Amino acid sequence: MTTDLRPEQAPEVRSERTSGRETSLRGRLGSAFAMFRNRKSITGLTILGFFVLVAILADVLAPYSPTKVDNTARFQPPSAEHWLGTTHLGEDVLSQVIYGTRGIIVVGFLAAILATVIAIVVGVVAGYVRGWRSESLSALTNVFLVIPGLPLIIIVASMFDDPPLVVIAAVLGLTGWAWGARVLRAQTMSLRNRDFVQAARANGEPLRRIIGNEMLPNLMALIAASFVGTVTAAIIGLTTLSYIGVIPVNTYNWGTILNWASAQGAFRQNQWWWFMPPGLCIAAIGVALSLINFGIDEYVNPRLRSAGERARAMKKQGLDVNDPVTVVRTTTSHQENA
Amino acid sequence: MTVLEFDRVTKIYSVRGAGQIKALDDVSFSLTSGRTIGLVGQSGSGKSTIAKILTQLETPTSGEVRLDGEPIPRRGAGLRAYRQKLRMVFQDPFASLNPYHSIRYHLERPLRLHGVVPKAEMDDEVRRLLERVRLQPDAVVDRRPHELSGGQRQRVAIARALASRPSLLVADEPVSMLDVSIRLGVLNLLADLGREEGLGVLYITHDLATARHFSDEILVLNQGRVVESGPADDVILRPQDPYTRALRAASPDPEAHFASLSGSDGGAL
Repeated sequence: MTTDLRPEQAPEVRSERTSGRETSLRGRLGSAFAMFRNRKSITGLTILGFFVLVAILADVLAPYSPTKVDNTARFQPPSAEHWLGTTHLGEDVLSQVIYGTRGIIVVGFLAAILATVIAIVVGVVAGYVRGWRSESLSALTNVFLVIPGLPLIIIVASMFDDPPLVVIAAVLGLTGWAWGARVLRAQTMSLRNRDFVQAARANGEPLRRIIGNEMLPNLMALIAASFVGTVTAAIIGLTTLSYIGVIPVNTYNWGTILNWASAQGAFRQNQWWWFMPPGLCIAAIGVALSLINFGIDEYVNPRLRSAGERARAMKKQGLDVNDPVTVVRTTTSHQENA
Repeated sequence: MTVLEFDRVTKIYSVRGAGQIKALDDVSFSLTSGRTIGLVGQSGSGKSTIAKILTQLETPTSGEVRLDGEPIPRRGAGLRAYRQKLRMVFQDPFASLNPYHSIRYHLERPLRLHGVVPKAEMDDEVRRLLERVRLQPDAVVDRRPHELSGGQRQRVAIARALASRPSLLVADEPVSMLDVSIRLGVLNLLADLGREEGLGVLYITHDLATARHFSDEILVLNQGRVVESGPADDVILRPQDPYTRALRAASPDPEAHFASLSGSDGGAL
């Protein structure tokens, strides 16, 4: 105990890599998007980006107006003029699918933004405060958790003759935030007792900075995952409602196309060009959003990632992951040494 | 000059169904600037309750805690001044730094909150702080906590505590999460800082050996009561209280172990 090791010589004081490495803005952005920097997320984001571009450029991309009736070309299978064939009124299916992307993207993202904002406010506050305030916010969350979303939307939608997309998005958002809020509340409750939050409090940081600067960055992955999940739920909700025909939306979306195809017996007459494309689009956007979520999962829980990576790395060296880790030493070498 | 004073502090927790638990029972001690008190005791002895009272997570049931002669303020400018004067170093350097913020951010926040230096001198002050805890400013200032080793992180945590120019440092088991090989470095750093800056240090630990090495005085707590106090060597080498003796006997003593191996007798701490 008497040997006096000076701190300067302490082994953990390293002096290598002395150059300042990252400009703080780039570094900050980099770490904010780190959860999307894996193959699954990138694939998902590419597909999603494609649909967003289609929605934005619908006017340029669509060869016809989606409502242009052409009695000379009804129930046409795909051809050079109509790449995805025509409907019972001779409308171009491709144009309908392209314009239909708009409703999907707008409702999906508006609903998810609304739901995420509510989930953050309710969830984080319920997790941070204590006592009756936390309990009442938690009770509110539970109530919204058990409100059946679709029937409620049918009721609200039936109050309008032609419900605008914003209203549908608002209803989908208002019924879809509860899960996100529950998850965020649980995570916030665990974060609030972490030492770095206590340290910030001991520093004298104001409450909004403790929540905004210390806790929110640590919740980003959860928030992103709940956002993506809500987008999926809103898109499925919108297409379902449009398909069963409870919301007569003038602007097309994929669900509306399916509704018309179903009503005109396209399924029975095997007019696949009419119902397959919107169906595949719904599936594709669902896959894209799921891939993004898997990517975030891998980022949050590296164990999911490392299993596959380690297996690949070992395969490269000609090893099998399932080989036993320890090697049992034979007794002969022991005896020789002794 | 007396920095911190505990004046007959008692803390009673009421537990539903289990009645009352006396976490602190009539505890009094005082700490002068530039001195270090080691607060020793096993789990449940009341060490953490003292830390909690100082960080205002708990209030004493009776008695008074005074910092620079003033009772702990609850709010307002007094609270701000209290938080500037008394700073904590937490046990786990892996948890006490926010993984999302750079080292620079961690050190700039207290500088800003307590208005220690004008904005233009912020960068110089951050570097000066890092140098004071014997870190290379260029190597760590723009890094995030996960890029540093445990010892480096604890040094950053100490630098953060020093940033507001406090008069008292409360170190709650500051080395128990660190590698044995670097504990001494961090403890020596705390000791040097205490001497150089006239800081009072309250060193809370269950480790008798480091408490003796590092503190001027030792306070032994048992079940919320101070059972023994005095100069460090006296308390450890010539314990009067049976509890302190038991505590000493329970802690591993390398010399005694070697002595028993070689068959000879003796070899006290």
